[in-house]
Amino acid sequence: MFEIRIHSRGGQGGVTAARLLAMAALHDGKYATACPFYGAERRGAPIVSFVLIDDKPIKVYSQIRQPDMVVVLDESVMDVVDVLHGLRKGGRIFLNSPVNKEFAGFECKNVDLTGIALRENLVVAGSPILNTPVLGALAKMGVITADSAKKAIREMLSDEHNVKAAEAAYKEMSA
Amino acid sequence: MKKIATGNKAVAEAVMQAAPTVVAAYPITPQTEIVEQIAEFVTSGRMPAKYIAVESEHSAMAACIGASITGVRTFTATSSHGLLYMHEMTNWAAGARLPIVMANVNRSLGPGWNIWAEHTDALQERDTGWLQVYVSTVQEAYDATLMAFRIAEHHDVLLPVMVNLDGFLLSHIMQPVDTVELGDFIPPIHLPYAIDPKHPAGYGTLTGPDQQFKFRWEIERSMRDSVKVIEETEKDFAKRFGRKYGFTEDYRCEDADVIVIAMGTLGKEAEVAVDLLRNEGIKAGSMRIRWLRPFPKLDLKGKEVVVIDRDYSFGFGGIVAGEIRSKTGISLYSVIAGIGGQEVTYDDIAGFVRTRRIGEEFWFGVNAHV
Repeated sequence: MFEIRIHSRGGQGGVTAARLLAMAALHDGKYATACPFYGAERRGAPIVSFVLIDDKPIKVYSQIRQPDMVVVLDESVMDVVDVLHGLRKGGRIFLNSPVNKEFAGFECKNVDLTGIALRENLVVAGSPILNTPVLGALAKMGVITADSAKKAIREMLSDEHNVKAAEAAYKEMSA
Repeated sequence: MKKIATGNKAVAEAVMQAAPTVVAAYPITPQTEIVEQIAEFVTSGRMPAKYIAVESEHSAMAACIGASITGVRTFTATSSHGLLYMHEMTNWAAGARLPIVMANVNRSLGPGWNIWAEHTDALQERDTGWLQVYVSTVQEAYDATLMAFRIAEHHDVLLPVMVNLDGFLLSHIMQPVDTVELGDFIPPIHLPYAIDPKHPAGYGTLTGPDQQFKFRWEIERSMRDSVKVIEETEKDFAKRFGRKYGFTEDYRCEDADVIVIAMGTLGKEAEVAVDLLRNEGIKAGSMRIRWLRPFPKLDLKGKEVVVIDRDYSFGFGGIVAGEIRSKTGISLYSVIAGIGGQEVTYDDIAGFVRTRRIGEEFWFGVNAHV
């Protein structure tokens, strides 16, 4: 089972990102569970959501303690939350940032999703939409296939800019 | 068609397909998404039902009773305090033999104010004459809701059915759900004693000491008859749609020395614990109770049993453990875990089995041992 923890702030679409990721995994012929952690969440507060992907039906409902991968949609949460907490040795990190960071013992990739969202005019209520471009980045990292990512986005959202943003993120990520 | 949905959305989808004539409901966390989605189906024209937005859960059940007694299919959904507020009317629904279907999203009871998963809400409705099923996946929430209408409305049953899903753990998580082409799986409803203005009759009249016990016995007789209706319905469901269900879901039980029994998502997570224990050489199995009413026949002879209760009866013990003890006469290890959404992992469940003390009770996370 591949376990992903997504860090974002309320209103940035971390929960939708988890849903899209689960949909894409389903298109890849896999099983998936997407769980937002529900508490007293509010706009702007740091939140986490989880995605589990496996080849067989998923029976786990308890929270992920040792994710294989951490996705950080908003770098600023790193000031207040230890996003590496529990990350498995050799685990992977995706960072929404124009600049990559080094984390000893982990593999970190980055793309400027915010910049892509702004370029594609993906802005809702003043916030750039990050949950569709992030699928392109995760496709490049091999978590899901690019075709399934696009299929999932098109199923949920009619604005084709979302697909373009995902394609841009896929291209912009360094190999 | 396969899609990703929350447990709540899956229930709403099943209800839309079962096409009740009347839905009366009041929102409550974590159930709200069910009735919101149904309201959306109704206003968008996808579901030709009458949606009655009532002022309380008591009224929701009362409205369902009023609608159901005219012989139409009815549905409502609730949770926790909403269910308790309905309590007078849930008894009435069963007593009046009305095949109302209700989804209950299991949630703890206040105070303390807590919106997370616990089974005590539904278990306080245990003796009302409702059939109760507990599900463990989003797919099962969808499937069980569809089957609930057919079971409730069967003439050998004519009792209401409650479909229980764990708050947040199922209501709000997203999993794949394969929706079906329903066809004629649920026959048209026909209530034999529906109100008919052409043939006036008295309903809910005074029933004397020489009659009341007969009505009560009729409920029990139908509860017993519902066993074969459930079996037939689940068998036909498997034949048509390929997914098998039973009174319990047994996992690696055949040669097991020790069996973990739980309901809902804990019962599914227990299967992961069983695999861990098997790898350590402990012959464990998992038996997830699906139907609590009618209560299943459990064959636990020669097995050690660990029951996990996400509920409690104060001054008595874990409710499911008590049910099992009273029906089978066995001694068991009773674990109280998951109250108010308390985190319980498969590692924790494996731990309960490893350190089992048959005949005792253990509150997970509490140091004092009873």
